[in-house]
Amino acid sequence: MEEKETRSLLYLDGITVSFDGFRALNKLSLTIEPGEMRAIIGPNGAGKTTMMDVVTGKTRPDDGDAVFDGAHDLTSLDETEIAVLGIGRKFQKPTVFESHTVEDNLRLALKSDRRARATLWWRESAAEAARIDEILKTIRLPSVRDRLAGSLSHGQKQWLEIGMLLAQEPKLLLVDEPVAGMTDAETRQTAELLREINRDRTVVVVEHDMTFVRDLGVRVTVLHEGSVIAEGSIDQVSANERVIEVYLGR
Amino acid sequence: MITGFVARSFDRGAVAFLVVLAALAVLVPALNLLLPPSSPFHVPTYLVSLFGKYVCYALLALSIDLIWGYCGILSLGHGAFFALGGYAMGMYLMRQIGARGVYANPILPDFMVFLNWPALPPYWYGFQHFPYAALMVLLVPGVLAFVFGWFAFRSRVTGVYLSIITQALTYALMLGFFRNNFGFGGNNGLTDFKDILGFNVQAPGTRAALFTISVVALMLGFVICRAIVASKFGKVLIAIRDAEARTRFLGYRVESYKLFVFTLSACMAGVAGALYVPQVGIINPSEFAPANSIEAVIWVAVGGRGTLTGAAIGAVLVNYAKTYFTSGALAPYWLFALGGLFVFVTLVLPRGIVGTLRHWQSERRARTPARAAAPEPVVAAPRPAE
Repeated sequence: MEEKETRSLLYLDGITVSFDGFRALNKLSLTIEPGEMRAIIGPNGAGKTTMMDVVTGKTRPDDGDAVFDGAHDLTSLDETEIAVLGIGRKFQKPTVFESHTVEDNLRLALKSDRRARATLWWRESAAEAARIDEILKTIRLPSVRDRLAGSLSHGQKQWLEIGMLLAQEPKLLLVDEPVAGMTDAETRQTAELLREINRDRTVVVVEHDMTFVRDLGVRVTVLHEGSVIAEGSIDQVSANERVIEVYLGR
Repeated sequence: MITGFVARSFDRGAVAFLVVLAALAVLVPALNLLLPPSSPFHVPTYLVSLFGKYVCYALLALSIDLIWGYCGILSLGHGAFFALGGYAMGMYLMRQIGARGVYANPILPDFMVFLNWPALPPYWYGFQHFPYAALMVLLVPGVLAFVFGWFAFRSRVTGVYLSIITQALTYALMLGFFRNNFGFGGNNGLTDFKDILGFNVQAPGTRAALFTISVVALMLGFVICRAIVASKFGKVLIAIRDAEARTRFLGYRVESYKLFVFTLSACMAGVAGALYVPQVGIINPSEFAPANSIEAVIWVAVGGRGTLTGAAIGAVLVNYAKTYFTSGALAPYWLFALGGLFVFVTLVLPRGIVGTLRHWQSERRARTPARAAAPEPVVAAPRPAE
């Protein structure tokens, strides 16, 4: 692959993924600039999750380029390598380590040497302990730090997972449906939390909830059948005829 | 560094377990050797060997619990590593027989003379030396587990599929070892041992020493496992067990972690096998039988998966029950009892004995608010076998 001249943090060009003849992504092109927060919306089956799978190395595209930070070809790396490069992912269904405490979940996520030998001899440093305290405060969970993550409420688990993303100190956060199943109050707090995170990190949010996307007030990309059909502010895209057609049906 | 590493990994249960083992290591041989047979507290030599056998099984169970209870790798072929360690020790013991065999051949074991083999096959070289044999006890199971694990874990073979392959591995080895031309005594295996390090293997003193060494090996295995599961490495293992994909997305190289514990576990199983052979006096291919490996997994399930102490206790309890059943009128029903036990544990005690006790304990602590303030980490009970 030739070196792409790009200053974008994430650069996707012509990504195509087929499953048994079904095109989940069809020549998808998308760029995310450093420091940006972007919302990605689209009806079911539009390819939002598949796009995240490609970026995080879970799925290899049949065709196209995926470049991270101007230098790393994501299509040739696996999940672990991509995570170490600095792309963090929050799943649609909250996946925290249920039989670890909240604190240990963060401890595992904290940016550190991931090799087996290092973890065997690892001792917590004061800086690490302070960082965990700080993250617990950010995600509003200091009171439950010793509870098992499995016993948290749905919304708390979502926050814990966001906290784990923060602990990884990624350059790019991919957040898949962060407010699915949340109450209105939790949804608002989550929007606030994401904006806070966006102060020092680039964030891509995939979401169904239009009010939430409106709350975020960021640039929106609309996917449909594996390609981008519109991009712009929420008001611009909601006025787009093609988008209306896709969402409301003909 | 090492002392801190070990010190932070012990709770009260672990210390109690070690103390009991240490007491056993001293008491059983003392009651056997120092008291006259007429004393009511005398432990007969056959019991010393029987207990020694249980201790070896406990070490095997511990090795299974490390990978199954903490990392979710259900090996249904761990008996293979146990048997390979046993064979390595058996080969040493065979070479010690020397000219005292039936055919009085100073080099060749009896079965080779019987098969008209002209010379010792090269893979038997060096086994007359104890240090070499001891090295092989660790190396053979370790290397096999490493190679097997390297392929299996890199290809991301998990769950039931991995269990089936491990089962196939032990079955293939069993078929191989049953063949005479494989060079390990065919279906008779290796037996008629005379000496170990110059001591008569039948002598009460040797038996007592073997028992003590087995208990010490179990203690050592426990300390190593405990230190591992209490480290951050251990937390990563549990993370892999509960959400493997998530662990990958956090940037951990899951296959390296699995490979390390799997290989270590195989070495521990090998040591267990090596200590088992001189105490029972025989090793033959039936040790590779898939049913043996499955039985060992049942011990762990009964005692409590992911508890370490539970695995050892489960191994001893189930084997005691087995001895009790199979030596009386109930002998024909042992397999029914074993099957029933597994069903019972899965339905009624999915956490196993020790797991259930710990669960009650942590629930009681949660109900006492004063104590709940102490941030003692609750030991995570793994979900019942999926």
